Amino acid sequence: MGEFITFPELFIWLPLLAGLLAFFLKGNSAKNWATFSSLIVLAVVVASLFYSDDKQYASYNRVNYYWLKQIGNSFFVGLDSTSRLLALLTAIAFPVIFITTSKNNYKNPAAFYGLMLLSQSGLMGVFVSMDALLFYFFWELALIPVYFLCSRWGGEKRIQTTFKFFVYTFAGSLLMLAGILYVYMHTSQRVFEDGTVSSHSFALHSFMSTMLSIKEQGWLFALFFIAFAIKMPIFPFHTWQPDTYDQSPTSVTMVMSAVMVKMGLFAVMRWLIPVLPAGALAHANMVIILCVIGILYASCIALVQDNIKKLIAYSSIAHIGLMCAAIFTFKEIGVQGAVIQLFSHGINILGMWVVFDIVERQTGVKNISQLGGIATKAPVLTIFLVIIALANIALPLTNAFVGEFMMFGGLFQLNPWYAFAAVISIILAATYTLNMIRKAFYGEVSPAVQGMKDIGFAEKSALAGLVLLILLFGIMPQPMIEFTKDALKNILAVLPK
Amino acid sequence: MNAILFSALWGIVMMFSGVFVKRKSTVSLLAIIGIVLLFVANAIELNTYQPFFYIDSWDMLRVNSFNLSFLAVVFGCTLLFFLLSASDILKVGEHGGEYFALIFFVLCGISLCATFNTLLILFIGIEIMSIPLYILTGSDKRNLKSNEAALKYFLMGSFFTGVMLMGIAFIYGGNPSASFYIDNIQLGKDALNPMIATGLVLLLISLSFKVSAAPFHFWTPDVYDGAPTVFTSFMATIVKVGAFFAFVRLFENSFGKIHTQWQTLLVVITVSTLLIGNITAVFQQSVKRMMAYSSIAQAGFMLFALFALNERAKEGLVLYSAAYSVATIGFFAILIKMKDYTIEGFNGMGQTNPVLGITATIFLLSLTGIPLTAGFQSKFYMLMAAVENGAHFWVVIAAVLLAAVSAYYYFRVIQAIWFKQPANANPVNEEEVSGSFKLLLIISAILIIVLGVYPELLIQWLYH
Repeated sequence: MGEFITFPELFIWLPLLAGLLAFFLKGNSAKNWATFSSLIVLAVVVASLFYSDDKQYASYNRVNYYWLKQIGNSFFVGLDSTSRLLALLTAIAFPVIFITTSKNNYKNPAAFYGLMLLSQSGLMGVFVSMDALLFYFFWELALIPVYFLCSRWGGEKRIQTTFKFFVYTFAGSLLMLAGILYVYMHTSQRVFEDGTVSSHSFALHSFMSTMLSIKEQGWLFALFFIAFAIKMPIFPFHTWQPDTYDQSPTSVTMVMSAVMVKMGLFAVMRWLIPVLPAGALAHANMVIILCVIGILYASCIALVQDNIKKLIAYSSIAHIGLMCAAIFTFKEIGVQGAVIQLFSHGINILGMWVVFDIVERQTGVKNISQLGGIATKAPVLTIFLVIIALANIALPLTNAFVGEFMMFGGLFQLNPWYAFAAVISIILAATYTLNMIRKAFYGEVSPAVQGMKDIGFAEKSALAGLVLLILLFGIMPQPMIEFTKDALKNILAVLPK
Repeated sequence: MNAILFSALWGIVMMFSGVFVKRKSTVSLLAIIGIVLLFVANAIELNTYQPFFYIDSWDMLRVNSFNLSFLAVVFGCTLLFFLLSASDILKVGEHGGEYFALIFFVLCGISLCATFNTLLILFIGIEIMSIPLYILTGSDKRNLKSNEAALKYFLMGSFFTGVMLMGIAFIYGGNPSASFYIDNIQLGKDALNPMIATGLVLLLISLSFKVSAAPFHFWTPDVYDGAPTVFTSFMATIVKVGAFFAFVRLFENSFGKIHTQWQTLLVVITVSTLLIGNITAVFQQSVKRMMAYSSIAQAGFMLFALFALNERAKEGLVLYSAAYSVATIGFFAILIKMKDYTIEGFNGMGQTNPVLGITATIFLLSLTGIPLTAGFQSKFYMLMAAVENGAHFWVVIAAVLLAAVSAYYYFRVIQAIWFKQPANANPVNEEEVSGSFKLLLIISAILIIVLGVYPELLIQWLYH
């Protein structure tokens, strides 16, 4: 390895090839193939963790091929600690999704699993690309399969809903493209090893060393941020999300909420702040205020939601808002908390969806008011859910606690009022989550729940894996904190102290 | 030079083929042979710079690798068009050979438009290109809409030809050197000579008409809708990019030095073209009419070549010509096979005819500008050229937002293909879809993806 092929390439090519192959398989074999190949990807990603020492194994983690030389673009992919963490999250999410939803029967499974794997490839690409054009490619390529998945296999109103989602994000990405082009025109020339000289460059490091005035950075920030804010989503760009989560097939919702929304936050950390530090500083306050409004607003709406899928969607908006706000504090503790939370939130929300996918599949119901007493019918499932739900509201000794605590620390350092407003969301989160559990899982057994059975071995082991991660990082957060220290360099180095 | 002679010659051959050849398939075979020979003749000249017959044109025609490679793209796309749609051309009426003859004459006009070096040749080129089109538009003789379209096109076209001629006259009159050569127009010492300025605006207007840029686009939807669908496909792609090439060539060589003075005017045309094309396309129910508006919208993007007027823009224009033509020709070829031209007519095509569904989706994705399709790369080159130009960055932002609008109408068709249930009957005229037709569609789709992944294949070829 190393010289011949590197980890980031494997992350992209393995799911891509597996996905293309899956289109030609029939019936159950597509499902098994997808599960198998996603486990291989997981193994590769885990293996890459052991080669994370950049000094010793630099050639394993970074590669730069010629691609569109004339315009200064290359196939430049690399791993740093944040991208490694998110690649790990992506790699964990897909096998969990495939295993826990294996009882769902999708029409035309070959296309379904093929598209799922293609979206994994796109997501991996977003997390590892070090070239702006490449980043843009993957950013879009992660979206297209998800669009087809939602529109083909979703609920009744899927076509309108996912179309709204698509047009929204597509418009955002195109604005980002305009921004990328503007920055690109201000980069210095790039000389390739074979002597080709292009007058500008798309490489991340060239983007970071442009001399853009504060005014330019200000409006460029807006172009980029709108794209990322739509993806996260941040208030007031969030309107696509609850409906899309509701109408998508749950396995795709899991991809979106566990991994895809992280694309926005990741892009902020890898591209937006390092490339436009002055713009980020100038707008930080506004962004945080938007985030805080979003946190409170989404939490309040979640309180009155009857539809569980929408409830989780709104709670996700609140969580993402908090992470985004923490990043824009530019305090070491806040940013690091956000990085940790990127991972933890992915695990927790994945667990929530897994549980509700099981509930929905067995009962055919997604409203709290029609559920009740699941605990008597499915005790094991309930135990898992309670642990995951407690993690989702950031109880101590769960993984989310560390991250949230650090993020609130960052916000508090910046302005106690922000922290105060945001902390309210934790109380609200506890209210709506516990309320939902009380109504849906305890109390009298409702007619819809009558026929429910407890979960089988495959689901148990997948959920147990997630719960294990939750407890592991909750009780022993130190390795994670050490691991993510490195992520701060990129962001904090470019900002004035 | 080869291209001009050969296309005219083969036009005559095709004209007489109707007399001597009785079988229709032989006529289309003859046409395909002709376009292949035309392509080869052009390619030989591109490689050696030696035409078969040297004719001294007193520098009224100027041949370089750039315009020859543009012509190669045009002939390549025409070849694709013939291969996909030759049988449909023959179905339009009884005189198949003549339609092919007219198309070859159009190609002759395009060859003149690509190589002209004086305003006179430009005029002749544009006319040779336009007149056969008036006939092709009205070739469905018993259809009233086709007749109406032909008449409308002819009247409007003649009017704007007049405008163009007047522009040329003004420029000739205002030019102290009294010359028609495009690089020999003296623009005035301090201020722009008012005669030249008037001529410039008149030329801008008439050429905007030819490429269907707003606000001179009103003929486009009716003509494209009324003409037989095969010829709409030809007009919307090959003819349009030919006119664009002439447009850019003229304005770069004659008025490039005073670019900033007419750039603002061009901004107005570009933005209104994008706006009108994209917004109106959203409301169309007929896919054919939607494609007419979408071609206006795509013209708006091609206008960026003129807006930027740098090397990147010229590369972008050639790339755009190829990407847009292949995708549109492919999509129209599928549209012709549909029983119903409304968006609902596409319902469930992905299930009943997966090959057509998948290729149509790739063509539409390319027209939308999704990464890794040729359509994205061409739009990207255009935007890059515009940003490189430096002026009016807001136009780029307007363009990308309107490109997002274009996703709306292209994706409505994709939704119909994949996510709607098919009606009882097969939406496609199955008996007309042959295996080779499907194969060609797949090849075009692959071509689009190859150009999308590696556009420099085409661009390096421009500077070989």
